Amino acid sequence: MAYEIDGKVIEHDEEGYLTDIAQWSEPLGGVIATKEGLAMTPEHWEVVNFLREYYAEYQIAPAIRVLTKALTKRMGAEKASNKYLYDLFPYGPAKQACKIAGLPKPTGCV
Amino acid sequence: MADFVPPPLWPEIGLEPVPSPEDGLMAACRPFVAAPAHNQALGFPGELVEDWETRAVARLGELLAGNRALRVYLDACVGCGACADKCHFFLGTGDANNMPVARQNLLRAVYCRHFTPAGRLLGPLAGAGRLDRARLDSWYGYFHQCSQCRRCSVFCPMGIDTAELSMAAREIMNSIGLGQKYCNEIIGKVYAIGNNLGLPPPALADTLEGLEEDVRDESGHDVRFPLDVRGAEVLLVTPSADFFAEPHVDGLIGYAKVFHQAGLSWTLSSYASEAANFGLFIGSVEQMRKIALRIRAAALDLGVKRIVFGECGHAWRVAHAFLEELAGPFDFLDPRYPRPQHIAEITADLIRTGGIRLDPDANAGMVVTLHDSCNVARASRMGDEPGGQFTLPREIVRAAVPRFVEMHPDTTHDRTFCCGGGGGLLTDDLIELRIKGARPRMQALKQVVEQDGVTHLCALCAICKSQFTKVLPAYGFDREMMVSLHQLVGQAIRLGTSSL
Repeated sequence: MAYEIDGKVIEHDEEGYLTDIAQWSEPLGGVIATKEGLAMTPEHWEVVNFLREYYAEYQIAPAIRVLTKALTKRMGAEKASNKYLYDLFPYGPAKQACKIAGLPKPTGCV
Repeated sequence: MADFVPPPLWPEIGLEPVPSPEDGLMAACRPFVAAPAHNQALGFPGELVEDWETRAVARLGELLAGNRALRVYLDACVGCGACADKCHFFLGTGDANNMPVARQNLLRAVYCRHFTPAGRLLGPLAGAGRLDRARLDSWYGYFHQCSQCRRCSVFCPMGIDTAELSMAAREIMNSIGLGQKYCNEIIGKVYAIGNNLGLPPPALADTLEGLEEDVRDESGHDVRFPLDVRGAEVLLVTPSADFFAEPHVDGLIGYAKVFHQAGLSWTLSSYASEAANFGLFIGSVEQMRKIALRIRAAALDLGVKRIVFGECGHAWRVAHAFLEELAGPFDFLDPRYPRPQHIAEITADLIRTGGIRLDPDANAGMVVTLHDSCNVARASRMGDEPGGQFTLPREIVRAAVPRFVEMHPDTTHDRTFCCGGGGGLLTDDLIELRIKGARPRMQALKQVVEQDGVTHLCALCAICKSQFTKVLPAYGFDREMMVSLHQLVGQAIRLGTSSL
């Protein structure tokens, strides 16, 4: 179970989350997104980049509410909804965006 | 990862016809197996041990010796079939092994072979069978297609509790190194970090600070979300999903507003930042105890006088039925509140006594129906009256919204259908099962949406909320229909003194 990029093999778990999150790169994020059937736009990257910034500080992905609030501050009120995030990441913003961002899957009753 | 798309719901009013059972329809459906590190963090063997059959039978013997109910459940089935069409997973999949009696028989055969004279003498003629590799595979598949919701046990004339058998089977599988990734990874996170989500204390503090800002901006009131405050009256223990997911967070905001308006000092704990206790799902008393003891430690450390549980179905079962035995005595609590309370008990009491006031107009346009969560409905109680676990949440909904509608009586109260994600199955690798298992509930929902104009589905369990948010769209409903019980309260509550 691995992604291939520039001749390098990068392992992932059964669901496509990276085994070693340090191996993430932006091009790899693009490869994961393609496997998820998503074409990345600047709006997708805005979310992915915020997730990575938050993770670097707190070792966890942000709550959906924290994410929508941050996007509102950066990109305007029309980004302030759960629906907007689901439109970008149909499988669920927390899980699918984390996978593309190379972060661990949020677990529990979520 | 594409979602499974179910066939359209039955167009008629009422429940769907019962499917004809077929063998093996869901035989390939099985959750990811836990990695060695996940198992070892819980003290289980990392991988399937070599002499697994011998050790599994020995473990079954130990469980029988320690749990008389288990032997009664294994002995008592008369094969009457009353349970056969009561399981949402059977109704949703049509797989014969998802009839509760068939699921029980997967374990009963092994019990019969090794622990009954008839089974030892007559073997297969008495329904006995070895735990060979094929049977072990069936155990792993079908005991992870049981959400331990106990609906079948309501209809069983012998009172057999299939959940107990499914828990025993999972405990045996863990003891031989065959754990389920979802549950075991999560329990490991509770031990390492304090909650199922893996939310470290600084992130929790940041999240709560953000909620204080949001509520201040939205309501103009300084509603606090205290963390690790020594000397608070109440320790609130809530599922970590309440810090993370939608609409769970809106429920947490509701609890905070209730405490605020009632003038009750409260705190969350970063050490016991999880109400859920997945030790129940894997049938391990030892894991349940370890998780429950964190709550005791936090309560003692913070010097609280009351313990209150947020909206989590199985956590309330553990709190209501087992906490004293697992982590008691709680003799340090206020003698007026010697047992853990449910947040709904507090809110309902405050509504009755006028301690808080709700304005249903704040939820104008909402027509709400309530999904009774299985562990609340069939394994607990609220308040002082029999059936309080049904009446109290309804009292709260009625006080908070303009119109409340009941779903079909065969699908509510103690006959409620599981959401399809309970019992440790709320994982993406079981999404097809989850969508199929939600079907009976979705059918009942469709009826009240079409007949009564229901706009929202309310629940008081983190698993139910996440499961429905995920599966509602598969049946053509809007995921934003899903609301938390205390979300309705939070939206309707009048804050401040001037409104009283």
